[in-house]
Amino acid sequence: MPDRIHLAVALDGAGWHPAAWREATARPTALTSPAYWRGLARTADGAGLLFATIEDALSLGGRSVEPDAETRRDRVRGRLDALLVASFLAPVTRRLGLVPTATTAHPEPFHLATGLQTLDHASRGRAGVRLVAGSTPQERANFGRHAEGPTGLPASGRVEDDPALLAAFREAGEVADVIRRLADSWEDDAIVRDRETGKFLDRERVHNVVFEGEFFSITGASIVPRSPQGQPLVTALAHQTIPYRFAAEHADLVFVTPADAAAVGGIRGELADAAEATRTLDEPLRVFADLLVLIEETRGEAARVWNRLQDRAALTTDARVVVGTADDVVDEIRALAEAGVDGVRLRPARLPADLDAIVDRVVPRAAAAGILIPDDGAPTLRERVGLPRLASRYARQEVGA
Amino acid sequence: MTRRQIHLAAHFPGVNNTTVWTDPSAGSQIDFASFEYFARTAERGLFDYLFLAEGLRLREHRGRLHDLDVAGRPNTLAILTALAAVTEHIGLVGTLNTTFNEPYELARQLGTLDLLSNGRAGWNAVTSSDAFHGANFRRGGYLDHADRYVRASEFAALSKALWSSWRDDAIVADAETGAFLRDDAIARVRHESRLFDVDAVFDVPRSPQGRPVIVQAGDSPDGRDFATEHADVIFSLHTEFADAQQFYRDVKGRLAAHGRDEDSLKILPASTFVLGDTAEEARERSREIALAQVRPQTAITYLEQIWNRDLSGYDADGPLPDIEPDTGVETAQGFAGRHAAIRARVGQLREQAAAENLSIRELVIRLTAKHTFVGTPEHVASEIDRYVQERATDGFTVVGHVTPHGLDEFADRVVPLLQERGSYRRAYDEGATLHDLLGLPPVVAPART
Repeated sequence: MPDRIHLAVALDGAGWHPAAWREATARPTALTSPAYWRGLARTADGAGLLFATIEDALSLGGRSVEPDAETRRDRVRGRLDALLVASFLAPVTRRLGLVPTATTAHPEPFHLATGLQTLDHASRGRAGVRLVAGSTPQERANFGRHAEGPTGLPASGRVEDDPALLAAFREAGEVADVIRRLADSWEDDAIVRDRETGKFLDRERVHNVVFEGEFFSITGASIVPRSPQGQPLVTALAHQTIPYRFAAEHADLVFVTPADAAAVGGIRGELADAAEATRTLDEPLRVFADLLVLIEETRGEAARVWNRLQDRAALTTDARVVVGTADDVVDEIRALAEAGVDGVRLRPARLPADLDAIVDRVVPRAAAAGILIPDDGAPTLRERVGLPRLASRYARQEVGA
Repeated sequence: MTRRQIHLAAHFPGVNNTTVWTDPSAGSQIDFASFEYFARTAERGLFDYLFLAEGLRLREHRGRLHDLDVAGRPNTLAILTALAAVTEHIGLVGTLNTTFNEPYELARQLGTLDLLSNGRAGWNAVTSSDAFHGANFRRGGYLDHADRYVRASEFAALSKALWSSWRDDAIVADAETGAFLRDDAIARVRHESRLFDVDAVFDVPRSPQGRPVIVQAGDSPDGRDFATEHADVIFSLHTEFADAQQFYRDVKGRLAAHGRDEDSLKILPASTFVLGDTAEEARERSREIALAQVRPQTAITYLEQIWNRDLSGYDADGPLPDIEPDTGVETAQGFAGRHAAIRARVGQLREQAAAENLSIRELVIRLTAKHTFVGTPEHVASEIDRYVQERATDGFTVVGHVTPHGLDEFADRVVPLLQERGSYRRAYDEGATLHDLLGLPPVVAPART
């Protein structure tokens, strides 16, 4: 029997296939409505999925570097700020971890950090974040602060061959660092409400973060008192050496895209090497494999739908694609579990159709097959992933002093 | 003749000494349950909107964190968007700084709140330029003080352009032809100036109310100009009746020059209230609350902020310190002006204390804990109605003094009386946006070229 693993879902617009919005089951005019997001999240929550990630970008064309991304009219366009979507979903879900995507190039690290702490308060300990490095030329034009920056992967396809991309990953690392520092800036018991002394706060237990980085500096404590998890679950998506290093150094959990189960071992090896070199976090990096799934009752029907979608818009993706039945998807999950991943993140080709199929057919069958970690009732997302709740680093310093 | 309708906003208790955390019923200032309770109470009281201040840095006093008042609060946008999920009708207005945000990002965040709340979002646009708050941000205290409102005004104009850049019917989602957007769905927004260089294509569809409501709180001439050009609501500090009337006339009188009519800008000053079954009981409660708001330590700390000296040796129940304030080192930039300003302020306080024979604590109570409306529910309701009917205000931003129950009494005892007077709604209109609740004219998208 394989090790048991977690299942998560990646939510984005009408789904991960660019033609998904044209399906009869799609709700293309509702993609930025509260009802749509509430429905998706409650579906995922009810099925006991570990968390949902929510995609984001800071331009109309998303992270696409296609030259016509801003002007073409045949793709889903218009999106909501992912951190705020997650905040909206916090009070209407019970167990589901909420993991919005956050760009690290433009936003203020302070706003991002306090937003995540607030998400953690509002969700009572279910906040995470997926950090994205770099920016696109259109994002930079929208902000108008920096003209210079990366323009996509260099010809070699390797991040290390482009100084602008390397810088972007260093900047993302600083953002990750500051998110954790600000989350630690209030100790758990900093609020004393002592009527005898008249002190609301024990100011010895609130610490000014003094961070001097290559890209920005921060001097001050968070405005948000320490949240239920302490720190949010920090995640990243990685496909190659530099992003693996980034994840190994800064993330609690990494999403990877093995071409098949046999490729998992090699990726884990690369991540282990990177961790050996850079990781200072106590807990080992959790590894989740991504699968893009289209699920129908029969393989024939799944193939027919897939062909229809591909005729309308060809999908290009980094993830392994599974077109088939729920049993096919369960088999893929089992193979990945046996190959040693900690979890699988499913990217539904169509929303809500493939999320419904995941919830109605994949999850029950995977659970019956004994490959899912059941919800043990752990109070926070970090604890469900097996990460212990840490005291503030500043409190630990005091103990050691 | 129909009566002028009262508009009310509910201010979540903040982080100054107005909020009494020592009250036995005081709850958490950060748990989501407190915000949910407060929002639901305001919605039960049929308020136009919930109002949230913003924290950019914890308050400090003489180089150390200020520890006497409530401290620690949520990120404004995240908490309001969470509240959108547990409320149905009430507007959600947050304070957000134009100095430490960028228009594209803030416009998409507010646009997100507006869509997820079905058109109930609002933005209290504030400015700042000091290095103390700037220390938490990428650019630090980068902005010249004089440019605060230049940036704020351009920021607001740019945000409005972004919010109106999508046609209402931009998304056609024609599965047959494969057209998701119509051809001229989104206008490009270009803004080039000394302070901005933005060439943007916005990525959030237009909301049911066109754009979030804009609130303005500054009282300076620049602030008033900003308000008459951009704001839908002014959160003023003018609560004394004659003063309020004068402010109301002044601001509303400036609107015509901007092609706006009187109803397009609402004035909702901050106000506190204390109720009692009798006038006497209300006065006693007001006194008790004021003493809790200004504890001896609070009073001394307040003076220390002005004197810039350790005054811990002084008795809060005694007279003002006879020691002179520390006005800083003479070589410091802008010394002369600051020196004179501090001297003048101290002189003013001494005069007031002498004239009324006030102790330190009594003086600080006069300055920070004077309650706007004190009396029976009937008295408070009739006063609020008088201000509105006689054009001193369009309503009030009600500030409770206890988290999260500070609004309960107002909703339960004052609101029904306002309804009886025919000056306040008896229900929300189904599907009303915040613009609708405030009786603001619809947002007209600019003509396309």
